[in-house]
Amino acid sequence: MKSTLVNMTAVLFGITLVASAGVGAVNMITAEPIAQAEQAAKVAALNGVLPAFENTTSETLTLDEMPITVYIASADGEVVGYAVETMSKQGFGGAINLMVGFTPAGEVINVNVLKQSETPGLGTKMADEGNTLLGSIQGQNLAQKKLVGGKLAVTKDGGDVDALTAATISSRAYVDAINRAWMAFKSVAQDETPTDTVSGATPTAESTNELQAQEGGQNE
Amino acid sequence: MNKLQIILSGIVRNNPTFVLVLGMCPTLGTTTSAENGMGMGLATMAVLILSNLVISLVKNIIPDKVRIPAFIVIIASFVTIIQMLMQAYVPALYASLGVFIPLIVVNCIILGRAEAFASKNSAFDSMLDGVGIGLGFTLSLTTIGAVREVLGSGSIFGASLGISDYTPLIFVLAPGAFLVLGYLMVLFNKLAKK
Repeated sequence: MKSTLVNMTAVLFGITLVASAGVGAVNMITAEPIAQAEQAAKVAALNGVLPAFENTTSETLTLDEMPITVYIASADGEVVGYAVETMSKQGFGGAINLMVGFTPAGEVINVNVLKQSETPGLGTKMADEGNTLLGSIQGQNLAQKKLVGGKLAVTKDGGDVDALTAATISSRAYVDAINRAWMAFKSVAQDETPTDTVSGATPTAESTNELQAQEGGQNE
Repeated sequence: MNKLQIILSGIVRNNPTFVLVLGMCPTLGTTTSAENGMGMGLATMAVLILSNLVISLVKNIIPDKVRIPAFIVIIASFVTIIQMLMQAYVPALYASLGVFIPLIVVNCIILGRAEAFASKNSAFDSMLDGVGIGLGFTLSLTTIGAVREVLGSGSIFGASLGISDYTPLIFVLAPGAFLVLGYLMVLFNKLAKK
């Protein structure tokens, strides 16, 4: 078809109008299922790392400029566990997100890998059942592990967390995320001021200057 | 052209991956496992069928000079729609293919078929071309993914073959993608020539 200014403008206008109407309509139809799917994924992740619970309240902290959400799960009015949605930006293929469950006493119940883009067959093993990383911390109180500068560390860095074979960077990122979860857990569950693993922790609920004054060597 | 031939041509004579060598970015990027390759292939096929159909229906009202922007708008809309549908109804697949879905928009196969086929043929034939090329793409990606998964992680479609301790890791990494693609391309063209 021969192009004139009028027909080019009219056709492009018409096509974009129909296209945006179509996209808008599908968005309206799928908005609810998408929200439900995300909610279901979150509930499944919580169930995987917590004992049976009735309801949760959540509190979001900012540790090392990353949002860390602590879900406080309770049943019969008593706190039965804490689930921390944590992350690390030091993964081999970008950020990794974990859900870590703690008992009120501070033992690790389970860890669920929510999102990772590590190398298939290497770093992705962090999401497998019974991997060495999880095996090193599951059912244990992290305070009783061998700590390096107050933090958990893989054996290569002097700690006692067994890294995944041939995936040291992914393992370090995993441990980094666990450390952040532990810090968030301590500050929410035990009112403990975050130590030097955390730079600028500012709980949104009640922020204090003390927390912001902390500077850390997290990202060396 | 006979209807069956249109479909077959997409799989063999005009195979997008091994013969036309189009859409290499998703081919190399997503084929770390058979499942991911297949998911990417099927998502591309869905977009390709819909965009070919619509483009061939509207080809006579689109002025020549603005045909490329018009095609891109149509393709991008379908990709967005498919992305939202996947996110809503198959969140697991959506999570594993992640960033590659929006990239379907710039996949040369789709714009290439819009230009080379849909803008010259009837709506039904264009749909069949979408099915053929889509199947060709899906089969190629699944094959590459399966070979890489078996050689690199010792499993197939996620099921372990029990050899994962002996497999060379390179096949799941980027160099392995090029190696497998190259050898499969040679093999495919050798067999297809006969």
